[in-house]
Amino acid sequence: MAKAELPLHAPGTQLDKGYIGQSVPRPNAQRLLQGRGAFTDDLRFPRLAHAAFFRSPYAHAKIKKLDFKQALRSPGVITVVDGRAVAEYCKPWVAVLAHLKGIKSPEQFALAIGRACWQGEPVAAVVAESRTQAEDAVALIEAEWEELPVVVDMEESLRGKKIIHEEFEDNICFKRELDTGGVDEAFAQADVVVEETFHFGRHTGVCLEGRAILADYNAAEHSLTVYHATQAPHMMQDIFSRHLGIPEANVRVIAKDVGGAFGIKVHVYPDEMATAALSVMLRRPVKFVADRLESFLSDIHAREHRAKVRIACTKEGQILAFDLDDLTAIGPYSVYPRTSGIEGNQVVNLTGGPYKHQKYRAKMNVVFTNKNVTCQYRAVGHPIAVALTEGIVDLAAQRLGMDPADFRKLNLIADDAYPYTFPSGIKFEQLSHHKALDLLLKVMDYRKLREEQKQLRQKGIYRGIGLAAMIEVTNPSPAFYGVGGARISAQDGATLRLEPTGMVTVLCSVTEQGQGTEAIFAQIAASAVGVSLEKVKVITGDTGVTPYGGGTWASRGAGIGGEAVLLAGRALRANILEVASQVLKMEKAELDILNNEVVNKLTLESKMPLAELGRIAYFRPDTLPVDYQSELTVTRHYTPRQYGFTFTNGIQASYVEVDADTGFVKLLKHWCVEDSGTVINPMLVDEQIRGGIVQGIGAALYEECLYGPDGQLLNGNMADYLVPMSGEMPDIVCAHVETPTRQSQLGAKGVGEAGTAGAPGAVMNAVNDALAPLGARVTAMPFTPERILKALGKV
Amino acid sequence: MDHAVEATLTVNGREVRRRIEPRMHLVDFLREELGLTGSHIGCEHGVCGACTVRVNGQIVRGCLMLAVQADGCTVETIEGLSDSKELSSLQKAFHERNALQCGFCTPGMLMAAQDLVLQKQKVSREQIRAHISGNYCRCTGYQAIVDAIDEVINGKG
Amino acid sequence: MKAPAFAYAKPRSLEEAFELIERPGAKILAGGQSLIASLNMRLSQPELLVDITGLPGLSEIRLDRGVLRIGALVTHTQLENSEDVRRHVPLLAQAVPHIAHPAIRNRGTIGGSVALADPAAEYPACLLALDATVVLYSHSGERLAGAGEFFRGLFETDIRPGEIVAAVEFPALKKDERSVFLELTRRHGDYAIIGLAAHWGADKRFVYCGAGATPVFAARASGAKTLEQARHALKEDLDPPADLYNSSQAKRHLAGVLLERAWTTLSKPH
Repeated sequence: MAKAELPLHAPGTQLDKGYIGQSVPRPNAQRLLQGRGAFTDDLRFPRLAHAAFFRSPYAHAKIKKLDFKQALRSPGVITVVDGRAVAEYCKPWVAVLAHLKGIKSPEQFALAIGRACWQGEPVAAVVAESRTQAEDAVALIEAEWEELPVVVDMEESLRGKKIIHEEFEDNICFKRELDTGGVDEAFAQADVVVEETFHFGRHTGVCLEGRAILADYNAAEHSLTVYHATQAPHMMQDIFSRHLGIPEANVRVIAKDVGGAFGIKVHVYPDEMATAALSVMLRRPVKFVADRLESFLSDIHAREHRAKVRIACTKEGQILAFDLDDLTAIGPYSVYPRTSGIEGNQVVNLTGGPYKHQKYRAKMNVVFTNKNVTCQYRAVGHPIAVALTEGIVDLAAQRLGMDPADFRKLNLIADDAYPYTFPSGIKFEQLSHHKALDLLLKVMDYRKLREEQKQLRQKGIYRGIGLAAMIEVTNPSPAFYGVGGARISAQDGATLRLEPTGMVTVLCSVTEQGQGTEAIFAQIAASAVGVSLEKVKVITGDTGVTPYGGGTWASRGAGIGGEAVLLAGRALRANILEVASQVLKMEKAELDILNNEVVNKLTLESKMPLAELGRIAYFRPDTLPVDYQSELTVTRHYTPRQYGFTFTNGIQASYVEVDADTGFVKLLKHWCVEDSGTVINPMLVDEQIRGGIVQGIGAALYEECLYGPDGQLLNGNMADYLVPMSGEMPDIVCAHVETPTRQSQLGAKGVGEAGTAGAPGAVMNAVNDALAPLGARVTAMPFTPERILKALGKV
Repeated sequence: MDHAVEATLTVNGREVRRRIEPRMHLVDFLREELGLTGSHIGCEHGVCGACTVRVNGQIVRGCLMLAVQADGCTVETIEGLSDSKELSSLQKAFHERNALQCGFCTPGMLMAAQDLVLQKQKVSREQIRAHISGNYCRCTGYQAIVDAIDEVINGKG
Repeated sequence: MKAPAFAYAKPRSLEEAFELIERPGAKILAGGQSLIASLNMRLSQPELLVDITGLPGLSEIRLDRGVLRIGALVTHTQLENSEDVRRHVPLLAQAVPHIAHPAIRNRGTIGGSVALADPAAEYPACLLALDATVVLYSHSGERLAGAGEFFRGLFETDIRPGEIVAAVEFPALKKDERSVFLELTRRHGDYAIIGLAAHWGADKRFVYCGAGATPVFAARASGAKTLEQARHALKEDLDPPADLYNSSQAKRHLAGVLLERAWTTLSKPH
């Protein structure tokens, strides 16, 4: 197939590619700049009631008794309910998928019944006239508990002496083993074998807008409208429908402005399901917004891993094999509907990803604990896989006395080796590891930094350079979830409509949480149709209005939604030219659309403004041939079919200075070279990368959900849980290689998660590079001063 | 028991008189009583900066001030400062540089940024980073925000 | 998180204030930067908040015969912008930019900080390093408490029922006296992991915050003749409790680092 071209306009015109590739500021950012957005908590409804939740103070306990007498008398209270009452309105769920063989999880109810399994699990709900009054009533709920044994440590959970769920024989949610064969032989033959155990601290998304849902049940129609800060409105429409027993078409889910999501808002939360059930029960709108304290307790956590990895190399530095043993701790339930087995599964799929070794063995266990639930969070599994791969690669390079960049050059899959099947079974269409590495080394002036590092070491200043090469899953096909039985759509659709005044409305099933979805769809639509950007209006996030689709996750918005918009845009253009040819009595092939006008394709002479065409088509069809009907609304869908996942590649570098007295790490600078195919809006892509990198830096240096031995979250507030703030973050340089995918006309791959995938590994390698002359090494994230001082032997 | 206390405050140039429950913090008052939902709630313990508003010309955390404490005060929110055009330069720079993504931190961030702009001195990037170090943004990674503020205070180029 | 219900009063005179603060369940509200956060998190349930920010005479900074008197209601920002503080109590001027962020500093007060006595707070360490005096007002008049006796335990001070902190008095910097404030935090504006208020006058005084339930005067280190000796002596002076991220040993180690940095700075020729 020929490389994807974008002949969107008459050849030779300046707008050949239209707005594709332009750094256009986002039209929908204006309202946000003025505080005139509409986040779910901003909405006002008549009779709106507010929910607050009584949450288990224990990590594991039987609920012996719940007494609502005092709570019911509290001012403003409408109702107080327990799990059994809500279960009459909301069916429970089990988060398993058929393609994750052997995965198991207990049934989960919207409000726990009989037993609470993590500190923070919702156990009862109060609905009141105001949130304040609801919280007053929650404080009056009396409960009797019988504490049960708590499992917090992942190794202890794996050993299985204390079983969390009586129905199971062990605490294993999911396990996977993969073996290409020949691994032991490869290690036996190797000149150098290096081994390391890495620990990754459990952390969480901390979206600035708390999870928010406003459910509005209309008893007369048996219909439910849910205003939901969700990434996947159609998925939620299906879930509300099935679990609340309301016909699918009677459920409408609307995602208004969403204040950050990062995967946190693509999962099913029991308190949100309870809120929807309460609206049905009470026949009035009910709102719930998670406050910051309950966010830390109950928003999904992620990335708690202990990974033992070995690498086998020849003395020339050729990687022969990887061997991985990964253990990850989730909460007491697998999270619905995507399951909590995916993150570990991805670690198995992706470890060693950029390299051309053939032998690979991996063993992975996902175990239940009595800590908060975990699930997919930006870059799912990649940060772990990249960090442990790049960490062990650096260690091997060090052992061989090779420069880390040279070691990678020797082992990265060649740029002309594609298509390529990796030992874990994943398939690469076309990557550009070498081009990216070369560009990175140039952009950061690698040799100069190494010189600088050497000079400063002599003065007792310890700087480090860390590289992290990576691959990244984007644009997933149904292979990710659909094949497992999940009603999660891997296809998306776009409807484009020409309005009478010549504007174009775009309705698309991919959603916006600030990454710029609506802006790039406007750019694509404007380019495809031939109108100027300000003529395009984009609507997303409403199941009642857009085509059916998957929403935003796994870096799929540009590649999948964008392609649907492009296809619909081209089809609309063709239909517009149909009308024009009827009106102008010219051949369609003689015409084009440029800058809101129908033009003569060769001379570019304006023949008719689109507004005039719209007037005729909508208000004067009597002037058109009697057997002709215009169709100025077009819908197209797109599903990536050829590859299970469209992989991208990138490489990052971190430059740090470690204060050997205090153990503090100063981030001097960061670079990222990313190949995400066709770049629609370079500014938005770079900003996604930067935001993602800082999120990854958070994991590397600052963020960890700390639990005590009794399963109590110790740092669940913004003062004690440390998120990256502006004072400590570096400037980040972004550069690009562009290898379009041939699976679509747009050629765009995804990029939203790439920054987060590579940053922790890059920072770890930089810190260890800085510490190397001092004989110290750190392998447990986050790299706090305590951990660095310990490695230095100073405490 | 009714603890409500009467308070009179000027919000975005208009006098507002209400009986207010003492426990209601200023940003809840603005959002719930006056419908000024541009100021956001991110943590309610004063750390994230999403609720930053201006009281008597100074930026404060709206979640750490009781609404009744604003009696006799002038309160300015993102809506007011947008309509008065005081924030136009910053808003334009933020827009052009994509110094916002989800927009939830943006009103508070603009308040903090404007506070620095009003000091009318050239500042370094480090100083800009220090001044907004109390405003949490998860989306941007801060660089575009620093660039936008840098441009407004120190000029382009 | 919404605060539990409480009543609110804003006295216009000290007499009115004294009566109100003696009522059962009454708590004093000044800047509210710590109190309101704890109320929002339902960590306390006062019956009545007595807002003292309307009281006259508590908001001045005044130099008088070698003593800089800073009113309890002086905000951190006012302190930060004060030329008098910069000139006469430079230790405070160095400490104040470490306090949280501008929006917090615009409301938080020195009286509030001193009365709360958070072990990680900057001001209490400065008060102890400078041997400042806390001025307390009550029905019975004025009482002075030296910084040494004032900070008693974890969030515990010598404030007696019916008293409010009215001012803090600092000896003005004399010629040849020097001071430096250093702090280690993971991020700008965080609570200190450990901080050092160091004042060299007739004696050396090294006082740490974040090293115990109250500001800790490192007596042995302060009495040492050389940096070497001081670092060694520090091990006996400090037994800092571990926090969520830092072990006791790490804090002690970091205290030593700050000591060395302060000593080096203060030893430089003028």
